[in-house]
Amino acid sequence: MNQLLRIAFFALIVRPLMMIVLGTNVRRSELLPTSGPAIIVANHNSHLDVFALMNVLGLKRLPIVRPVAAADYFMTRRLRCWFATRIVGIIPIDRSKIRRENGKHPLDPISEVLQEDGIVLLFPEGTRGEPEKMDEFQSGVAHIARRHPDIPITPVFMHGLGKALPKGEALLVPFFCDMFVGKPLNSQLKKRELMNQLNSSMDELAAELPMEAWN
Amino acid sequence: MSHLPWEICVTLLSLFALLATANCVLFIKMRYFAGSDDTLIRHRIRTWWALAAIFSLALCISPRGGVVFFGFISFLALKEFLSMSPTRRADRRVLFYAYLSVIPQYYFASTDNYQMFLIFIPVIMFIWLPTRMWMIGQGDGFEKAAGTLLWALMITVYSLSHTAYLLTMPLDLAVSNGRSVATGIVDQHSGPGLLIFLIMMAETSDIFQYATGKAFGKTQVSPSIAPGKTYAGLIGGILLTTCFAGVVGPLITPMDITHSFIAGFMIACVGFAGELCICALKCDLKIRNFGATLPGHGGVLDRVGNLIFSAPLFFHFIHYCYHQ
Repeated sequence: MNQLLRIAFFALIVRPLMMIVLGTNVRRSELLPTSGPAIIVANHNSHLDVFALMNVLGLKRLPIVRPVAAADYFMTRRLRCWFATRIVGIIPIDRSKIRRENGKHPLDPISEVLQEDGIVLLFPEGTRGEPEKMDEFQSGVAHIARRHPDIPITPVFMHGLGKALPKGEALLVPFFCDMFVGKPLNSQLKKRELMNQLNSSMDELAAELPMEAWN
Repeated sequence: MSHLPWEICVTLLSLFALLATANCVLFIKMRYFAGSDDTLIRHRIRTWWALAAIFSLALCISPRGGVVFFGFISFLALKEFLSMSPTRRADRRVLFYAYLSVIPQYYFASTDNYQMFLIFIPVIMFIWLPTRMWMIGQGDGFEKAAGTLLWALMITVYSLSHTAYLLTMPLDLAVSNGRSVATGIVDQHSGPGLLIFLIMMAETSDIFQYATGKAFGKTQVSPSIAPGKTYAGLIGGILLTTCFAGVVGPLITPMDITHSFIAGFMIACVGFAGELCICALKCDLKIRNFGATLPGHGGVLDRVGNLIFSAPLFFHFIHYCYHQ
């Protein structure tokens, strides 16, 4: 990671973009973890999600924030790969490799970051999918919780950026982004119970929005 | 700063003095009468400070600075409106044009292009946006989408841009019958005074309404839309604002006392109507406020509700009375 360039990018490009063009309405930002190790789980509508979240977390926490992203998408082209790893600072995980390889578990890179007191951003839908529609959450987060049962998992519901820049569109249209932060989950639960807890917590947060269909 | 007459400087300075007094009162209250939660009112005063500072700074730079300030307010209000109301996914491009229309509208205001200013949104955008919508080829929800978008543009861009035009409109003071031009405010220097008069009346009518409503209010004007608004508050607000306008108008604007009374009365009446319109809109969208852009107030649209009708009406009143 190029820490200096990263801070410059977030201070000079992402922050004005989020403050002027888009804008975020955050509810209960005090529930966001102040220091690592921590996991933040959010739904995924747009490429902008990660920038909005990292902007809300602020420049102070920026050096320890690492979003998990798909290696099979972000690591394919050279420029995209450079930007994703050096500036955004992603932890690349290959969505197609789900077994151990050379004795290394596919989730090991995430564990390493957590051991170094990092804040990991996770989008368990696995894809942006249809904008402003929540897909089923993948259970990867439960596997991480099993490996680190003492690390808090904070759910965040995001809405609006899928309208601003949905998958497959290049024209950015200004919209406010709602960001509702929930109470940290109990990460000591078993896989299924944890996923149930995550799902019900997300549904509760989503219900705060006067819901509108977008089609 | 030479373009600002001294009356305006005094008005702005007394506004800051008023805010400082509010801060002092709040400080004393927190120090000696602890207990009640003042977070909301603290945020509210802090936001007023920021707004007043940015507004004064914009005015000090040049009248065009005020135009940019209100252009940005319009953009924020439109963004709040479109983020909160249901839009169609297919219309993303149309919405983009709606956002772009802020720039020409305020450009026409800043260059005193009266004709284009009047027709740009009600005629040109009125033709172009629905045209772009049918080109997309989705009939489902067309009526709602077209109606919502055009109304959003009318209240957030068209109406509010009249505030900016007040700054640049040259006045012919000889037209005003029986008015002596002795106050030292001549020609284009009257813009800031008129704008500050409008905003001052709109905001004080809010305060007067609240105060008289608290003291004498019983019957609600519209229980289901705005439970806090009472007839007593409405009438008290209108009367006090009209009197206040009669005092302030001749001091900071080229209007004489009769015109000041009429203007104050109009601003208070339609300011209330605009406010209730925004309340009805929030009721329909099932939201409490339009966001958190202005801490302590809510969104920009919550704050400018009393300007959406009063700005165009006051503008045309001035134009009718003082423009050749």
